[in-house]
Amino acid sequence: MITVPYLTALTTYFSYGLLFAFGQLRDFFRRFIDWWKAGNLQGYAPICLGLEDFYIRRLYLRIQDCFGRPISSPPDAWFDVVERISYDNNKTLKRTTKTSRCLNLGSYNYLGFAAADEYCTPRVIECLKKYSASTCSTRVEGGTTALHCELEDVVANFVRKPAALVTGMGYVTNSAILPVLIAKGGLIISDSLNHNSIVNGARGSGATIRVFQHNTPSHLEKVLRELIADGQPRTHRPWKKIIVVVEGIYSMEGELCELPEIVSICKKYKAYVYLDEAHSIGAIGKTGRGVCELLGVDTADVDVMMGTFTKSFGSCGGYIAGSKELIQYLKYTCPAHIYATSISPPSAEQILSAIKVILGEDGSNRGAQKLAQIRENSNYFRSELQKMGFEVLGDNDSPVMPIMLYNPAKIPAFSRECLKQKVAVVTVAFPATPLLLARARICISAAHSREDMVKALTVISNVGDLVGIKYFPAESKMPQVEEARAKVE
Amino acid sequence: MELSNNITTTFMNYMKNASDWVTFAYDAPFARAVLFGVPIGGHLFVEGLLLVVILFLLSQKSYKPPKRPLTNKEIDELCDEWVPESLIPPIKEEMEKEAPVLESCITSSAAGPHTTINGIDVVNFASANYLGLMGHEKLLESCISALEKYGVGSCGPRGFYGTIDVHLDCEARIARFLGTPDSILYSYGLSTMFSAIPAFCKKGDIVIVDEGVHWGIQNGLYLSRSTIVYFKHNNMESLRSTLEKVTQDNKRAKKLRRYIVVESVYQNSGQIAPLDEIIRLKEKYRFRVLLDESNSFGVLGKSGRGLTEHYNVPIDKVDIVTAAMGHALASEGGFCTGSNRVVDHQRLSSSGYVFSASLPPYLASAAITAIDVIEENPQLLTKLRDNVKTLCTGLLGIQGLEIASDILSPIVFLILKKSTGSLKNDLQLLQDIADRLTQKLKVLQVLKEHSVFVAPSKRSTLDKCNLPVGIRLFVSAAHTESDLQEAYESLKSVAASILTGQN
Repeated sequence: MITVPYLTALTTYFSYGLLFAFGQLRDFFRRFIDWWKAGNLQGYAPICLGLEDFYIRRLYLRIQDCFGRPISSPPDAWFDVVERISYDNNKTLKRTTKTSRCLNLGSYNYLGFAAADEYCTPRVIECLKKYSASTCSTRVEGGTTALHCELEDVVANFVRKPAALVTGMGYVTNSAILPVLIAKGGLIISDSLNHNSIVNGARGSGATIRVFQHNTPSHLEKVLRELIADGQPRTHRPWKKIIVVVEGIYSMEGELCELPEIVSICKKYKAYVYLDEAHSIGAIGKTGRGVCELLGVDTADVDVMMGTFTKSFGSCGGYIAGSKELIQYLKYTCPAHIYATSISPPSAEQILSAIKVILGEDGSNRGAQKLAQIRENSNYFRSELQKMGFEVLGDNDSPVMPIMLYNPAKIPAFSRECLKQKVAVVTVAFPATPLLLARARICISAAHSREDMVKALTVISNVGDLVGIKYFPAESKMPQVEEARAKVE
Repeated sequence: MELSNNITTTFMNYMKNASDWVTFAYDAPFARAVLFGVPIGGHLFVEGLLLVVILFLLSQKSYKPPKRPLTNKEIDELCDEWVPESLIPPIKEEMEKEAPVLESCITSSAAGPHTTINGIDVVNFASANYLGLMGHEKLLESCISALEKYGVGSCGPRGFYGTIDVHLDCEARIARFLGTPDSILYSYGLSTMFSAIPAFCKKGDIVIVDEGVHWGIQNGLYLSRSTIVYFKHNNMESLRSTLEKVTQDNKRAKKLRRYIVVESVYQNSGQIAPLDEIIRLKEKYRFRVLLDESNSFGVLGKSGRGLTEHYNVPIDKVDIVTAAMGHALASEGGFCTGSNRVVDHQRLSSSGYVFSASLPPYLASAAITAIDVIEENPQLLTKLRDNVKTLCTGLLGIQGLEIASDILSPIVFLILKKSTGSLKNDLQLLQDIADRLTQKLKVLQVLKEHSVFVAPSKRSTLDKCNLPVGIRLFVSAAHTESDLQEAYESLKSVAASILTGQN
């Protein structure tokens, strides 16, 4: 859990209050000016009323240039960021033709498959010529090719489950699977910091949703006991089924989930476990098999395992792995399988080749090298940042490290200063994180070399001094806010 | 007369006696006490007594059953005896059917107009490859160069360095092609509609929807929590009366946003929505229109610009246009276009755009090349239209099935003739679907011997659409005359053999 120092909390609240006040003042004048000019809505209600888009208009637009930066090269360790200029005070941004070569600390490129790879790309091009860019039809009609069948077998093998189902997009996988598995009368207990796709899927299912404190198995047990004893709301009938949804690595915190405890609690209370390994598959674990391998959990204990291929495999798409009956049932009912276009064949080939490289089946040991590299890189980077005095979240071995900023003014300051010194970072604020806890998030990749990381560290240290985010004294031992957990190798 | 007199006298006597008593009570000595200068009559004692009784009753505690929270032991017992349902219902035999696996053959890529299934060469009518752009050399070239330059994935959402310049180029190209100010790309066709709708329709808004829309739209509407009103499938009279009713009921709704959601060519029935009627109604009642052009983009209209060109309606009259690129453009993903305000709003509020990785760059460049090809070759559109006409005329008079789709739609939708009677009940609906699917599966297998591959339309259990299922034939501009002839002749013979006596 993050504990904010009092002074920082006060100044952050004050900053937001000031921004809010200025925003309201501007709105007031805008209403005045608009009253004179005739509106062009002609009787239609406006798309956003009143304060619905206040945050966007008055706060986000001021720092719009920190988000959505276009690039003109593959998202490898070094890439070209396109410069944009604005003629109307950041309301609209126009592309220029100038680019600047920056170090990439923001893309999800954990194993370095982002750019053209020597093993994968020739195979992908072969596959493109054979199967063309898209199958133009759904899986149940004309979209299943031999490639798709092979892919599902390979993925199931990789994740160590009997069978798997592959869809074309990770977001849709969550939104379309949860409504099929559970309906009204069931209960979904999800971690409080789960991703938006899980929230959408849970809402779309119609089941009752309850939240437990982030990564706290004791609270989960308490919630489970209360809810099972109480039954459904108002009728108190027993629940039809209970699904507990957790993620492998939480993308905004960089923390690993406490999977062994959660699985044992769910077994005790007969709830089903749904694990979303979007960030952890391929990136952690000795052979890249994800958080189950790292924490020593048997995959047969997790009922449904879901993941995406965008992060570690450099492709697109999502998968669900489970027992044979589960996958058969999903193939019969899941809308993502019946109504959506099947995954594009070149992307499927990329996943297959990437898995082969990771497992070493391509005849080289690049896979093992990449896995070792990313682990080493993440641990080195994290320990160096902590030595410098930054407040870094996350566990050891996790390639995602958020650096706390807190203050809204430091967000654009950090981002722009780093870009000037040719380091591209990602800053995240409300609404993806709670209001007070704005942060800069670093994603380390196996493609970063030692020199890249040293350069990044020097730049971040300089900018950190300039902006004032070294909340801890430098060279101190690990602060209490981070629970250092020793992982058994 | 005398009796009534008697009764009156007796009554009067009684009254006099009673009043004597009362006077006596009032004139009792204690009743004449004077307290503090206030004469107290006897009635005050009665009132005082009543007051005391009331106070006594009020001060009594009402009976509440005591609250006893469950003890730990009781919670343990309850948890032990609770038995959950299994995660999935038991597998029935229809679930065990596997989808047919396509392999490519010499003449075209897999899922092209000709393909190989289980070693048999078939003509493929199950891929929505309307303009035959699958496997086109120009698309392959641009894909290969994009793959060599950018790799496969884009490794990030649009807000965090996942925006590659091909995405911006693709958005600009689509906007230029359609004549709108701007457009926005989504990374998956299905997620386009179910992310765009919750960005605009919020709780309390009114949305009027055709009852035959596909699952993506239904899910988007359910997630948006607005008030949903359905109107009869493609029936303008029903739409008009629904609009009238809704406007009457919500007269104070100046601040309410109101939307009509329709598809241009319905995936579930092949009908085409009459856009000019809809625009006229929308302007009269002040609703906004959301149009899903997945199956008509690149197909309808003189140059393929979709339903708006077909009906000669200027595109800025339709507020929001979405489409999936997995049909005519032989790519993947989807886009949404409209005015600047509409598009900019989605960049921050549409969950499928903000929280999901962006489209792989090679698919975006494939889309750009596909649009270029469409603009340069308008004869593809005429070929497609001729193919559809040939197929439809060839299928006239087929036994037991009838064509439910429009003559211009690239999806030829065949439904059972006898189904028009039995679709009334919901309970019977599920039974009939199961029966009809088994019938269709037999048709499918027999057709494979005649080497034509078609697919019946499948429904998920989550789908709320009530339209009849049928056989869908996706016609492509790459189909030749002989392909089409084979198709309708085989279908006729097979239908005659299986559906005899059901005309």
